[in-house]
Amino acid sequence: MKVFEKPTSFYPRFERKGGPHKETTHYCPGCGHGNVHKMIAEAMDDLGIRERTVFVSPVGCSVFGYYYFDCGNIQAAHGRAPAVATGIKRANPDSIVISYQGDGDLAAIGTAETLHAANRGENITVFFVNNAIYGMTGGQMAPTTMIGQKTATTPRGRIETEHGNPIRMAEIISTLPAAGYVERVAIGTSKHIMKARKAIRKALTNQVENRGYSFVEILSVCPTGWKMDSPDARDWLLNEMTQVFPLGVYKDDAGERENEWYRPVEPFVPEKVDAYFSAGNFEEADEPIKLDKSLQCKFAGFGGQGILTLGLFMAQVGMRGKLHASWIPSYGPEMRGGTANCSVNLSEARIGTPLVDRPNVLVVMNQPSLEAFEKDVVDGGTILIDSGIVESKPDGDRLNCILIPATKIADEVGTPKVANVVMLGALCAATGAFELDFVEETLRAVVKKRNLVDMNITALKRGYDFVRNGG
Amino acid sequence: MSRQFIKGNDAIIVGALQAGCRAYYGYPITPASEIAHAAALHFPALGGTFIQAESEIAAINMVYGTAGMGIRTMTASSSPGFSLKQEGLSYLAGAELPCVVVNVVRGGPGLGNIAPEQGDYFQVTKGGGHGNYRLIALAPNCAQEMCDLTVLGFDLADKYRNPVCLMADGFTGQMMEPVAVPAAKAVPFDHTEWCVRGDAATHKNLVSSIFLESEDLEAHNLKLDAKYKEIEKNEVRYEEYLCDDADLIIVAYGILSRIVYSTIDQARAAGKKVGLLRPITLWPYPSKIIAEYSERDVQFLSVELSTGQMVEDVKLAVEGRAPVHFYGRCGGMVPGGEELLAEYDKILEGVKS
Ligand SMILES: Cc1ncc(C[n+]2csc(CCOP(=O)(O)OP(=O)(O)O)c2C)c(N)n1
Ligand code: SF4
Repeated sequence: MKVFEKPTSFYPRFERKGGPHKETTHYCPGCGHGNVHKMIAEAMDDLGIRERTVFVSPVGCSVFGYYYFDCGNIQAAHGRAPAVATGIKRANPDSIVISYQGDGDLAAIGTAETLHAANRGENITVFFVNNAIYGMTGGQMAPTTMIGQKTATTPRGRIETEHGNPIRMAEIISTLPAAGYVERVAIGTSKHIMKARKAIRKALTNQVENRGYSFVEILSVCPTGWKMDSPDARDWLLNEMTQVFPLGVYKDDAGERENEWYRPVEPFVPEKVDAYFSAGNFEEADEPIKLDKSLQCKFAGFGGQGILTLGLFMAQVGMRGKLHASWIPSYGPEMRGGTANCSVNLSEARIGTPLVDRPNVLVVMNQPSLEAFEKDVVDGGTILIDSGIVESKPDGDRLNCILIPATKIADEVGTPKVANVVMLGALCAATGAFELDFVEETLRAVVKKRNLVDMNITALKRGYDFVRNGG
Repeated sequence: MSRQFIKGNDAIIVGALQAGCRAYYGYPITPASEIAHAAALHFPALGGTFIQAESEIAAINMVYGTAGMGIRTMTASSSPGFSLKQEGLSYLAGAELPCVVVNVVRGGPGLGNIAPEQGDYFQVTKGGGHGNYRLIALAPNCAQEMCDLTVLGFDLADKYRNPVCLMADGFTGQMMEPVAVPAAKAVPFDHTEWCVRGDAATHKNLVSSIFLESEDLEAHNLKLDAKYKEIEKNEVRYEEYLCDDADLIIVAYGILSRIVYSTIDQARAAGKKVGLLRPITLWPYPSKIIAEYSERDVQFLSVELSTGQMVEDVKLAVEGRAPVHFYGRCGGMVPGGEELLAEYDKILEGVKS
């Protein structure tokens, strides 16, 4: 008779199980897990999905699910099965992924993973075996333990004001729009079993048809944890548990969703990745630029003046000139005091620290920056100042000072936004490190907003000429 | 060779995709969020998967799922988030799953701050999770290495079936430098024998870290241990600069190695024989080369953005044969060159012991 046959989705002998008894399961007599396993295996047979199924076993009494199911098996950390299932399903959307979990696993330690997998509408099937207790660890209170129920950690029974109430996961999950199908069934009479079998089958069919997330809560018995014999346990389940956990379909939106929740991925194609990233490649000069000395530059000003971009332009000019280049924005304690700043190194030799604490070029576009950094500049270093904004003058005896009303010039060009590029032009003229044409070509290559290119070039030239013509 | 000018954080994602990584799972945290931003942009564009998970715990377990399929996958976070990943890392190591996990270390303990630090050295190299396991730990010090060591990380992870940690810092993440993007190559590993892909070829396989019987678990641990010894034998990487004749060898990694590098020439110009030894692999640690140098008349100084963690590994390598000193800043404070040169002087003049 068919009922006595093992489903082919079960191994004929449970070889992964230790000990001599390879025909029987590791579960206690009368445990509900065995029934649920069998119904799942039968559904897998019927749907012909055994070879593409991955069974994620939880931590709990069903941790050894892989003893039984003749499909791909992954064992997950306590409560994390839905996250593991997500990682499997997303990487291979054609796999059939089952997340099988107890109440401690799913509704206590793994609540976040449970809700969020449902909320993302992962195209997986979750079987939630609610036996109102922690079976594996010796009968402690579960999040679904009933009020009054005695467990190892509620020796006086579960008390609402002390332990809270049994949590109803089917109800909670059914509030999430992306959850497609949510039903609660029970291991009870043969009528209950028939319903459970149907629900399990439907939840897997949904996945096969890419209808998204399905959740079946199965009220189950734990005679050992409950300290009852099997018939009493079944009675208690049907008479007591179903009062708090009403059976039924809580949500069924999966009907209209065929193939909506299929998330395709592509395999790795090296040529495609190469082509994708090579778009960011820089065209570099044929010959490296020669520098008299390494440039250690600091750029400082208010946020919003484009000071970080100015530093970046400078670094990109150097890089196009085949120099070693680094750019790093201010970070940590340095950032206090109203200045945004960045450090730029350009060198023919390998660059050590990218942080410039003793600059030989300092570009400042506000007063606090001058006060903060002038003293750090090495003797004989160059300091460029937006003289329209910065009021005081640096020490002209110690430093090579260049004052340029960059923001004013930028206004004349058309927008104060290009004041930083006026400074760049001035910097090129002041250091003599780069040809104006070369800088112009770099700007054309790197300025993202096409409509700003011409204005940037004009600003660059104005800054350059200002310094060349002696201010 | 053509190059691009990119941030270290972006370079990680470029490296990952070039290496064939197909899925990224992450949770926002400064200063690692930019890695997730780049992943969110580029992974889907190339037909891969990006998920902003509900937590670092979920993210590492999504990695566990994808890694269990033998598909290259990664996550990135910063210290507090890396702490949350420890359970997952232990499972990944126990089940021998390959993946890359980035930790852009920030100031701790607790919420600490978002500034660069190296206070997670113990957690990364000594195993922050439970059980006898090791992470292969790589410490990049420039944008190019953020890319290259990510690629290497995936290769080592696959070769040894072990998680790899890229231990970076906020500076190497934020810094922009020229990066020559390595050519993408087909992944030269086939995991059909053990992985679970949800297909006929792998449906008999099991990914798990349970060994119920003591004999079996001991055997598994010994197998892992043998693998770790193999890694220690084959995969130590470091860089040295002027150590041969040095009276004082500075040991530093990550961003600090760059700061130290800048001081070496300065010290030499002042007639002081100082050299730099930079571990690139923090585990396996370059103990052998340090031990070799310690046979000579030399002193060591471990410079760290911590209150003294790596210095223990230097001492273990030196085994009392030479003085080992420590200098560290933390909380986001970073020593400048002059500060370090003063420390070298103290040691060389015998003031510091
Ligand atoms: C992180 C972690 N915490 C705690 C445990 C111990 N533990 C194992 S199973 C379990 C509860 C199992 O209960 P449940 O999920 O209801 O499954 P059941 O055994 O009743 O089927 C606990 C707390 C663990 N393995 N890992
Ligand atoms: S303890 Fe309970 S849940 Fe676990 S196997 Fe025994 S009866 Fe089943």
